[in-house]
Amino acid sequence: MNQTINKYSKQIIIVNSIFILFWLTISIFPFIWTLWGSFKVKADFFSRADWTYALSGFNTLIETGATTTFKAYLESWTEGEFGRATMNTMIVTVSVVSISLFLGTLGAYALSRSTFKYTFYILIIALIFRAMPHITLVSGYLFPFFQLNIWGILPTTIIVLVAINQPFTLWLLYSFFKTVPKELDESALIDGCSYFQAFRYIIMPVMWPGVVTAGLFSMMLAYNDFTVTALLLNQHNYTMVPKINAYLGTVEYGGNYMWAVSSVVSATAPLFMIIWFFQRQLISGLTAGAVKG
Amino acid sequence: MPHRTFFWFILPTALAMILFIGLPIVSSFFQSLHIENEQVLMEVENCDPFGCTTNVRVDVEATEKIEAENPLGRFNGFGTYTDRNHLAFDEIREAWDNKSSIGEFKDIVLNLPFYKALLFTLTFCFAVTPPVIVLGFIVALSVNTLAKSLKGLIVFGTILPMIVTPLIGSLVLFWMIDSQGIIGASIQILFDDPNLSLKASSNLTWITLIIYGIWHNTPFAFVVFYAALQTVPQDPLEAAYIDGATRFERVRFIVIPHLYPVATFIMLICLMDNFRVFEPIIGFSAEGVAQSLSWMIYQDLRNENKMLFGSAGATSMLTILGIAFLLTPVLIRTWKEFKTER
Repeated sequence: MNQTINKYSKQIIIVNSIFILFWLTISIFPFIWTLWGSFKVKADFFSRADWTYALSGFNTLIETGATTTFKAYLESWTEGEFGRATMNTMIVTVSVVSISLFLGTLGAYALSRSTFKYTFYILIIALIFRAMPHITLVSGYLFPFFQLNIWGILPTTIIVLVAINQPFTLWLLYSFFKTVPKELDESALIDGCSYFQAFRYIIMPVMWPGVVTAGLFSMMLAYNDFTVTALLLNQHNYTMVPKINAYLGTVEYGGNYMWAVSSVVSATAPLFMIIWFFQRQLISGLTAGAVKG
Repeated sequence: MPHRTFFWFILPTALAMILFIGLPIVSSFFQSLHIENEQVLMEVENCDPFGCTTNVRVDVEATEKIEAENPLGRFNGFGTYTDRNHLAFDEIREAWDNKSSIGEFKDIVLNLPFYKALLFTLTFCFAVTPPVIVLGFIVALSVNTLAKSLKGLIVFGTILPMIVTPLIGSLVLFWMIDSQGIIGASIQILFDDPNLSLKASSNLTWITLIIYGIWHNTPFAFVVFYAALQTVPQDPLEAAYIDGATRFERVRFIVIPHLYPVATFIMLICLMDNFRVFEPIIGFSAEGVAQSLSWMIYQDLRNENKMLFGSAGATSMLTILGIAFLLTPVLIRTWKEFKTER
């Protein structure tokens, strides 16, 4: 029966395929175009005369002697100190993911196992906190951080990002732990384990699917953040995204613009690869809470 | 779980949230009640052979002393909230008293920085959300009909605009739409107008930003709809099929009603996320014609001479008020869900 329902007429299949192709063009083409253009010089990628120059590399050939060039990459990674920014992003991302998962699993486990009413209020407060625009929080940080003299350094930013990330992590892991049968850790408690031991030896081995999903979202937040990193770090400690913005700030004198283009490629490529591997977890995380039939 | 154990488990995460989300909001509010110190002026008499002149200049030493004693500035109550850059009560009253027509009054009010930003923020929110829901639904329906082997690849391609940070996403589009980029240049040739560019008019810039918003948000709607489509019950679909319903009718009368709750969820999340629109404005270099509330805060904090903590704090509080307004339905929904779970 299922077979007949899901059998589509030829017209539907054709219309559908055209639409999907059209949509994929819109969603993917800008990235392919940027990737292609990052190997050209500015006069080609932003070509006033003729956009086909970007394809043929007309000016690139004149300026560098070949139709593709790694000039922008080489310069941004050396002169532009993009390598340093990459290093900073890695430090921030790895720290944020590990710390926020550590805090989040403990908290979410407690929330999912406690039967008291206050768990509900904690979750509601977390929901409210999650909705706060990051920029309003940053406006609250700056003054105290200046006074305490902790502005501009990586550890401050890491802690801030961990905190901003907690509400979402808590909710995600809370709904995950709810699906882990209570009987598992209850039997351990009856056998004389403490709650912490039950968590360590019974829950931890089975929690990895949920943790991977939560970790993926923490990673995306830390890796992609602009608001917090641009305002809480000094220029020297910039991560990749504010660094790209800084290249744009010093605009218009020739090469720097292409630094931004090549850096965008350098910054998005690893992200896309990670998402390619963890696509299923990403989707399950996005739909947690939304779809309950 | 006993209270004691619960407390130790929840302590680290609660501490992080209180210190770095709760307190900053309080701190922001506190800052908004203060305003920057005034500079101390002093008169200096300059005498030369032709006589004496008195100049007024800033007494740097005295100013620094006040600054050191009162780094937050002086207390201003709710003065910052009502000043020209925020709610601008005086200016509105004056415009109302002197108005010759409602249109003129509207023009004056919408040119005040705060209302200008509010107008853009709300326009962006409400222009982006409906197309996102419709487009997300259509994409989800079509991906759902594809062969299984293709799905993974196409889902990946579809979610790319959502994965990149808004700043990078908007830059990537901006470089194409820019008058020297592939799309911008083609449009100029198409309309035979070498001056046509997105910076040429504020309307065009707004439309570009809204198109960007749709591009960025549709994948989220797609993913949620796509997951929800897997939960549509098969029996009613089968029954409708036997009764001779066409595919369109089955979608219209069975699938769409099933997805209503999901659609409201997407709408609320979308509205809330877009209310903080900020990075695309920077990516598209659209500061000149499109300002949002978040952008105003950023600008105050980026101020070259002195960070305007008071002004940023006041705008933050007003933004949070707006978010609270949008958040209420979400909270009510969560509340109900929780009640039914117990």
